[in-house]
Amino acid sequence: MATTRLLAFDRWPRWLLAVMPLALLAALIVAFFVLDPLAFFTGNFPPLEELSVQRVRFPANGQIELEVINGGPDPVTVAQVLVDEAYWQYEITPDNTLDRLERATVSLPYPWVDGEPLAITLISATGITFTEEVEVAVRSPDTGGPTLLAYALLGIYVGVIPVILGMLWFPFMRRVDRRWMNAILALTVGLLVFLFVDTLLEALELAAEVPGVLQGVPVVFFGTLLSLGVLLAVGGRRGERSPLEVATLIALGIGLHNLGEGLAIGAAFATGAAALGSFLVVGFTLHNITEGVGIAAPLLRNERPPLTTFFLLALLAGGPAILGTWIGGLAFSPFLATLFLSVGAGAILQVIWEVSKLLGRAANRRDEPVLSWLNLGALAAGIAVMYLTAFLVKF
Amino acid sequence: MNDKTDLTQSGGISRRHFLKGGVAGVAGVAGLAGLYNARASQTENTVPAQVKHDERGLGTVGKVDHAANGFHPDELLYDFDYGELLEEGERTVRRWRIWALDREFEVAPGVHFPGWVYGSETSAASRRRGGVVGQCPGPSLRCVEGEWLQIEFINASSHPHTIHFHGIHHARMDGVPATGAGGNVLPGESFTYEFEADPFGCHLYHCHSLPLKRHIHKGLYGAFIVDPDPGKVGGDLQTVARSRHHQSPENAEVNEMVMVMNGFDTNFDGDNEIYAVNSIAFAYGQHSPIPIRADQLQRIYLVNVTEFDPINSFHLHANFFHYYDHGTTLEPTLKTVDTIMQCQAQRGILEFSFRGFEPGLYMFHAHQSEFAELGWMGFFQVEV
Repeated sequence: MATTRLLAFDRWPRWLLAVMPLALLAALIVAFFVLDPLAFFTGNFPPLEELSVQRVRFPANGQIELEVINGGPDPVTVAQVLVDEAYWQYEITPDNTLDRLERATVSLPYPWVDGEPLAITLISATGITFTEEVEVAVRSPDTGGPTLLAYALLGIYVGVIPVILGMLWFPFMRRVDRRWMNAILALTVGLLVFLFVDTLLEALELAAEVPGVLQGVPVVFFGTLLSLGVLLAVGGRRGERSPLEVATLIALGIGLHNLGEGLAIGAAFATGAAALGSFLVVGFTLHNITEGVGIAAPLLRNERPPLTTFFLLALLAGGPAILGTWIGGLAFSPFLATLFLSVGAGAILQVIWEVSKLLGRAANRRDEPVLSWLNLGALAAGIAVMYLTAFLVKF
Repeated sequence: MNDKTDLTQSGGISRRHFLKGGVAGVAGVAGLAGLYNARASQTENTVPAQVKHDERGLGTVGKVDHAANGFHPDELLYDFDYGELLEEGERTVRRWRIWALDREFEVAPGVHFPGWVYGSETSAASRRRGGVVGQCPGPSLRCVEGEWLQIEFINASSHPHTIHFHGIHHARMDGVPATGAGGNVLPGESFTYEFEADPFGCHLYHCHSLPLKRHIHKGLYGAFIVDPDPGKVGGDLQTVARSRHHQSPENAEVNEMVMVMNGFDTNFDGDNEIYAVNSIAFAYGQHSPIPIRADQLQRIYLVNVTEFDPINSFHLHANFFHYYDHGTTLEPTLKTVDTIMQCQAQRGILEFSFRGFEPGLYMFHAHQSEFAELGWMGFFQVEV
């Protein structure tokens, strides 16, 4: 007590009290660097070096470009570059020393062979190597009109068209028994659960390619939780949500998922990894057709909305795939892709929540259990359909 | 060239056929034709009529700071370290003081290797600097058959080391663990290896401390050349022996070089990132070839100390040579060859001349293309 009175904190101005811990912290940091109390531990350690190749481009015949980022704690100097275990002359901009999180572009005049794999290795000044394997070298798309159009068509194929086709079941679904309508909602939950798991796993897979300091895996989890939170808060007002609102939310969630799918497809086409290009596109079209069913499901009980509504919903759900193919094909970044996919996972989680509520209310009205055998069967069927059609697009 | 173009084009066509087949499955759906066309044109663009070869191509970028290294590949090529010659009564004694040092050096422009190296007080680099310079490969120790050799070894490195000579000597002088003091020279300690120079030939020395792989590939090795004594042979062979004996006038007419084939595993994954002769990748490449006179006899003392790979090789372009395996004979063990291979620690002498050749760049390299493209290649600039 005596000391408190001695220091008389209550007489200090408030701003000083706010700043004091920070000032002490700053003093501590300065002292830490000046006095170096950890000198005992630090021997002649080599620097921790981490370079990530974010993208390899083949802009022209006999030309390779690499985008490199320093994802480690220490600066890294690129000393030499090898292609397929041969030293090759290169240019690097802005310069060959990359500070933490700094990016650089390496360009090489190298007579690469169309359709064949190659490996590019960067050697740092300390002799550490960083190798990037290119599965298939193909000419990278340039950002012209034809390329944008071709990629947009890809997006329409895997995103918009299947959703529209799925919605065409709407008239059929309206004429089934009410019990079966609930089953269709359960089916929707099933396919959304599959999409959630799929999106999350893809985000985690990409997170592995994100430079260490950007912490890919935490980005996935916090991105998912944050997007779920934001969407719940946005829709958090009282009262029941109208069927159209629920359908819109489903479309939005699926749209974010399709953005991720578009990214993957665009990147696969641009890097030549999609050797089975046409099959992949057809596979995604089949795989995504149930998404239309899911969006239309909440609308079954009310009057049929105008066709333009359906069209807009399809655009909301499928359109982002176009954006995805553009980004994936022309400006792929593992970090952004991870972030997009995480946001998509959160959005799907929120939609699962909304549709489940819808299902719960319908069951309550009829005094039936939410998870009836029929509904459970439909949920399982939703997952099974997605799982089986995924055979066409997974390798 | 025509054949080549046709082949690549037919490859392009089959690829388009393939795409067409896949597309047929969803024919009739609007827009896919456009997608197919865009993809096909992309494929066509990729078919090179002729791949442009940029003047920039194979090789490293930048320059090695030889001054910082303290040794220069051009100097290593011609530097024979004769030590100190003493007459002690009946016998001729040749003496060296060899140091083991820890030091980092540049093996390709900008690429540094944390090595362990030997340095000699009588090497060209040390005499130039006025102090012991650690070099990789170590100094090329040269002596004459029958001389009594005394090699005082001072370990100024942070690890125990030895010098193990390939030659004829007692176990005590072998520099191998379990053979006494000379088999484990601790940091700060020294040991003098003593033996008679025998047999004549092109040999090597290296550290034999354990783990052996690490001690060798870190840089502790060098050439050990024993000249034949012309007094011991007669007839034509005496002329040959005189040509190999560094104190004879016949020897002065020969251009003698030392090439130690080595490699560096800069990331310590058990695989070399760099291959070279005399340590520096592409040291004698097109921008710094070895100038030689067409009419002069060329003699290379070639030693292989490459770690991790079972063999290394030497291939001479546009010419053939005689080869003396281990250098222990005065007649070639292989005549008129253009490629020889050596396992680790194998070595030999190559003799050739470019008499009657046009001036120009004549290549030599390991005929493992991988080694060549990772630095082990060079040129002779043949001048008339």
